[in-house]
Amino acid sequence: MAELHLKSWRFRAEREADWRRLEALLAKAEAGGAAKLKRDELLEIPLLYRQALSSLSVARSISLDQNLVAYLESLCTRAYFIVYGARTRLPERLAKFFLRDWPAAVQALWRETLVSFVLSAVAAAVAYVLVRRDADWFHSFVEPGVASGRDPTATTASLRDTLYHGGTASEGLSVFATFLFTHNAQIALFAFALGFLLCLPTAALLVMNGGMFGAFLALFVSRGLGFEAGGWLMIHGTTELFAIILAGAAGFSIGWSVCFPGERSRIDAAAAAGRRAATAMAGVVVMLFVAGILEGFGRQLIQVDYARYVIAVVMLLAWFAYFYWPRKLNP
Amino acid sequence: MSLQGALGRLKGRGGEAAPPDGWRELVTPEGVDLRLKVGAYAERFAALLIDFAILFAGLAVFSLVCLGVFFATRVTWGSEALGVVWLLGTFVGRNFYFVLFEMGPRAATPGKRAMGLRVASADGGRLTADMVFARNAMREVEVILPLTFFAARGEGVDAALISLGAVWSLVFVLFPLFNRDRRRMGDLVAGTMVVKAPKKVLQPDLADTERGAARGFAFTPAQLDAYGIKELHVLEDVIRAGDRKSMAEVASRIRTKIGWEGAADVADRTFLNAYYAALRGRLESRMLFGHRRKDKFDLG
Repeated sequence: MAELHLKSWRFRAEREADWRRLEALLAKAEAGGAAKLKRDELLEIPLLYRQALSSLSVARSISLDQNLVAYLESLCTRAYFIVYGARTRLPERLAKFFLRDWPAAVQALWRETLVSFVLSAVAAAVAYVLVRRDADWFHSFVEPGVASGRDPTATTASLRDTLYHGGTASEGLSVFATFLFTHNAQIALFAFALGFLLCLPTAALLVMNGGMFGAFLALFVSRGLGFEAGGWLMIHGTTELFAIILAGAAGFSIGWSVCFPGERSRIDAAAAAGRRAATAMAGVVVMLFVAGILEGFGRQLIQVDYARYVIAVVMLLAWFAYFYWPRKLNP
Repeated sequence: MSLQGALGRLKGRGGEAAPPDGWRELVTPEGVDLRLKVGAYAERFAALLIDFAILFAGLAVFSLVCLGVFFATRVTWGSEALGVVWLLGTFVGRNFYFVLFEMGPRAATPGKRAMGLRVASADGGRLTADMVFARNAMREVEVILPLTFFAARGEGVDAALISLGAVWSLVFVLFPLFNRDRRRMGDLVAGTMVVKAPKKVLQPDLADTERGAARGFAFTPAQLDAYGIKELHVLEDVIRAGDRKSMAEVASRIRTKIGWEGAADVADRTFLNAYYAALRGRLESRMLFGHRRKDKFDLG
């Protein structure tokens, strides 16, 4: 007596088993990722998904059972995200990030990197000149909390001390390193996020950072400690400043694409820039981690100026080679 | 170009062709529109609160465990290692709680899962790790910045500046209110959106149950033409809800409307089921011939 039934009833009765099967497979895939599925099941999902999709479009045109249509919509959406959201596993993704994505993202940001370097350098130079001429300017560039006694009122001996202290007492170093890392990473993330606001806050952060650097340098140079202070700052500074410049560049690229989207719509341009900048930012966190280790351990344990300079230069060259060495980065 | 204009252009649709509020077109490569539903404000806010509660509770427990271990051991090297573990733990928790969960197969934090939400790429493509990272890095500006302004205290010029900053930061907080897909700034920068992904249960087909009982009923075409699709769906909801009182009310109203003269002693449920099956049959067959009767006023 099948002809007595509604067409939509028969339609459902014929296909319901497949839908249930797909639902069971999806539950399994969502609980534990694709790795939980057997080979056959994995191959089954796309087939069942296409079947469910065609069921959905038929159901929309022939069935007035709203529960059925809602069920098929939710089933198809879940399956769609599993089928087209295919993702690599974590080790592969990490390998891809370090081998290709990160350097490619940094290379793509070269113009912004240059701008944020120039901004920082100019700010540092201005701060240097001002503080050399009148030491009172120092307080305008450096907050007392950061200076922690290293200001123009300190004696030369105590300043020299700050460059080499900590060599005997090595406890607390790792905590210090970790603190520096988390603090700097948070600042860098902030600089990145602020870039969306048309670049200005990011530029301000970079100028403040550069000014602080220049003021410190000027203070130490005025006491004849320029060379030593350079080693003290640069052992981790080449990595850390590079990371902060890259964070600024990432922020700039977003702000720039919002201001001048070019041919694309503003939203599309911001999204494209945001994704590229985010990859660079994930790398910046890694760089700051390295800088934190160098600052916490390297600087406190290595007390010889030349050794500090060697490490600084080697690190800088290593980063440059890693990012900009000409090679094929296309997927 | 205004932001609204930009959003409109992105979707490439004119004003009148736009789907009703809260819906979003997502056409799969197979050419079927999945009609994604955008997450509601209340749900997203609740999800955020749940996530923050979990995060802070987790960090508090983590800190207590660290303190406990510290006081239990009292070893000098131990305190140092603990300090590192605590700092790194809080950093990872604060910055990667959202990222790690949203990169998983469900693309949702526990809070979002509880509210039936998930993150999806706005263009329908796959959700990648850089998108998740970008949308969560922007949280710094959207949540932490306003909080700092509201928590800050000052006098005179400082106070004025702080209140200006607070107003300014409101722009980020209220941003999702001003675009149709309810995307926050992080969503915009990452090209993502938050959609509803509820798990629907397939309930039995009402045109099937008690079909033996349905045989006793015969409705005339005129009786079946009393209602349209909208009323059919209401009827479906009433039967599925199974509330005795409302079923009785609906049944008596239908009996009056169609002038029912058949057996009066049948149960309301049986009557409603039979009428539902017959009405659906009528409307569906008319639909096959190209006429979709919206509701009872649609006489075309």
